[in-house]
Amino acid sequence: AGPAHIGTLRIASSFKNVHAIMHAPLGDDYFNVMKSMLERERGFTPVTASIVDRHVLARGSQEKVVNNITRKDIEEQPDLIVLTPTCTSSILQEDLQNFVNRASLESKADVILADVNHYRVNELQAADRTLEQIITFYIDKAKKYGTISNNKTKNPSVNIIGSSCLGFHNQHDMSELKRLFADLGIEINLIIPEGSSVNQLKNLTQAWFNFVPYRETGLMTANYLKKEFNMPYIDISPIGIIEITAFIRKLEKILLDQGHECSFEDYITLQTKFVSQSSWFSRSIDCQNLTGKKAVVFGDATHAAAITKILSKEMGIHVAWAGTYCKYDEQWFKEEVKDLCDNVVITEDNALIADLIAKTEPAAIFGTQMERHIGKRLNIPCGVISSPVHIQNFPLSYKPFMGYEGTNQIADLVYNSFTLGMEDHLI
Amino acid sequence: ISCVSWLYQKIEDSFFLVIGTKTCGYFLQNAMGVMIFSEPRYAMAELEEGDISAKLNDYEELKRLCLQIKKDRNPSVIFWIGTCTTEIIKMDLEGIAPKLEAEIKITIVVARANGLDYAFTQGEDTVLAAMAQRCPEYKEKAISLSGDPKEETKHPPLILFGSLPDPVANQLIFELKKQGIKVSGWLPSKRYTELPAISEGNYVCGVNPFLSRTATTLMRRRRTKLIGAPFPIGPDGTRAWIEKICSVFGIQPVGLEEREKQIWESLEGYLKLIANKSVFFMGDNLLEISLARFLIRCGMVVHEIGIPYMDKRYQGGELLLLEKTCQEMGVSIPSIVEKPDNYKQLERIRTLQPDLVITGMAHANPLEARGINTK
Ligand code: SF4
Repeated sequence: AGPAHIGTLRIASSFKNVHAIMHAPLGDDYFNVMKSMLERERGFTPVTASIVDRHVLARGSQEKVVNNITRKDIEEQPDLIVLTPTCTSSILQEDLQNFVNRASLESKADVILADVNHYRVNELQAADRTLEQIITFYIDKAKKYGTISNNKTKNPSVNIIGSSCLGFHNQHDMSELKRLFADLGIEINLIIPEGSSVNQLKNLTQAWFNFVPYRETGLMTANYLKKEFNMPYIDISPIGIIEITAFIRKLEKILLDQGHECSFEDYITLQTKFVSQSSWFSRSIDCQNLTGKKAVVFGDATHAAAITKILSKEMGIHVAWAGTYCKYDEQWFKEEVKDLCDNVVITEDNALIADLIAKTEPAAIFGTQMERHIGKRLNIPCGVISSPVHIQNFPLSYKPFMGYEGTNQIADLVYNSFTLGMEDHLI
Repeated sequence: ISCVSWLYQKIEDSFFLVIGTKTCGYFLQNAMGVMIFSEPRYAMAELEEGDISAKLNDYEELKRLCLQIKKDRNPSVIFWIGTCTTEIIKMDLEGIAPKLEAEIKITIVVARANGLDYAFTQGEDTVLAAMAQRCPEYKEKAISLSGDPKEETKHPPLILFGSLPDPVANQLIFELKKQGIKVSGWLPSKRYTELPAISEGNYVCGVNPFLSRTATTLMRRRRTKLIGAPFPIGPDGTRAWIEKICSVFGIQPVGLEEREKQIWESLEGYLKLIANKSVFFMGDNLLEISLARFLIRCGMVVHEIGIPYMDKRYQGGELLLLEKTCQEMGVSIPSIVEKPDNYKQLERIRTLQPDLVITGMAHANPLEARGINTK
């Protein structure tokens, strides 16, 4: 995972009309290049830098940060400006909060300082925290002005929390989830942060429940809303048939608890049998060829755990080890995959993973772009299942990982990785 | 710090150790794309909170890393690339290096290439400036790049500086040879162990516009004479560059005019395409002046030359040529904007609607989406 400020920027620039100002040296506005290239973004990325140079080192940022904030306020008229610290500002130890207080007096936009410390958290944790911070800020504001919605929507509804830019197949997942919820008769109240406006946040409380598709970003917000408004949430990622089923059953229970009569069992059966090809695929002769084949899995916690479950429970593949770089989520990850693989690996060290792969000699790897390159070197096929990713992982065609269509995509991905390996071997 | 990505390839027996934070690492990893998977000869020394509050011992930590590099890769030189963080916490890299160098017996060159002071290509400048101080003194016989040590030279030694891909460098050496000029050395050399010898009174000449510190170091510290020529970019620039070097050595250049004409002729097809089209440089790598000058000669109209940093002395020859080119082509001299404000530039682009905007990747896709061609 990348440095903390990347996480903050991903959240801030996913909202509509929110501008981020980084307190950083020249060169650290590299985020804009990534966003513009990887997402082939048409708009200008709403991120600017308040440059830290020699001058700032000697005399402090002083007016500079404040001026940059008020200037952006006038130029772009955003709803919110997020001042984003970087590693450099972490050690300068300037009182950025003070600048924010001063700037917010002068500007129309709300101004907050992202509460992330470069040396304590990484990109994903920072994204999680920043989202929570923004939500808390606007909920508090709404409470103060009495504009918060106290009523639930008439029909069951959900907030999807944590959909953001530069996420792995995020946009496709969102389309698939919308479809899934529509099938189940559940309205979407808000999707945050991607595409929503901070002015809508006061309506978050109208939803019947919250849903966090990726556990890396959104759990903090979901917990906050649970504590504050007693809103239940689901944190099961609907990736793979078994998990989708668990997800829908949990959802059913939440609705029943709130007095809404419903039963989704028929839907699950129908989808599993007819829409998703993957359970039939698992039984077909092709897939039986894969039984017992050796694979390894590595990625963020959400995807690595989900793929491990699919490989082992749905396809009968032997997962030699499964791992994640989300060190801070170690416990959850271990719990999820402990019976599904021989070993669990928790590390951020790419070289260690490379060594392990070489030692294990799996028939296929499921990992990030890093593992794909290791695979190339060792001549082992690799399916990319998680960030960090390259531009190829922002495909133009529809490729969700979640929901029933996602199961088809994953089955193809898994199958193609293995057959390629077999063919190679035969040749 | 991005200069690491091309310099480690250029200097074959080097290893680059970037001493910085996760931000620097992330930047390099993304900027280099696939290259990071080909076991490159660079690494990050990632500073942790403990290093920042100086709980850890910088010296011991660096020693451990360098010993490991020495063991695994055995390079002739390790470059320590200082970053914003080492700068702010005032890590005394220059002080530590000589001690460590003596202790572990491997050359260590320190260069600061941080975002506080420099932009993009200027990183190469800081590295070359640091190397310039390490070049051996000129002894009786220098290594001859032209391959023939007996070859007579009628001029004092000439050393070129600036990293170029080998074929390009060889081409320039060849062009000079045709004028009877011998290149006695090139900074950087292909291997660190083959650094060119430099001594007082030698002549030096830059091939890239962003090397002003290196130039200054060569003049002040090594007491060499700098040939302030335009840069060999475009046939016009290349000719002016050679002419200037010849004139310093009192050589009458031969066949240059012909040569330039030939090249222009071979470009005919392209020139037709771009004639009278307008171009806007947003500015990010200091090549802008030379490129603008070349494009004006090609018949284009330049609206604005954005440039991160402008050394009027070092780029003097180039600026004069730009002026001359504008006069000859009958266009006014474009405004040169140092440290441009991108936001205002975008406003100007919106009004001017140039045919081509030369820009970084952060702005390219959004501009294309607005119907503006970019490069
Ligand atoms: S600007 Fe400074 S902190 Fe950022 S990548 Fe460059 S050297 Fe590292």
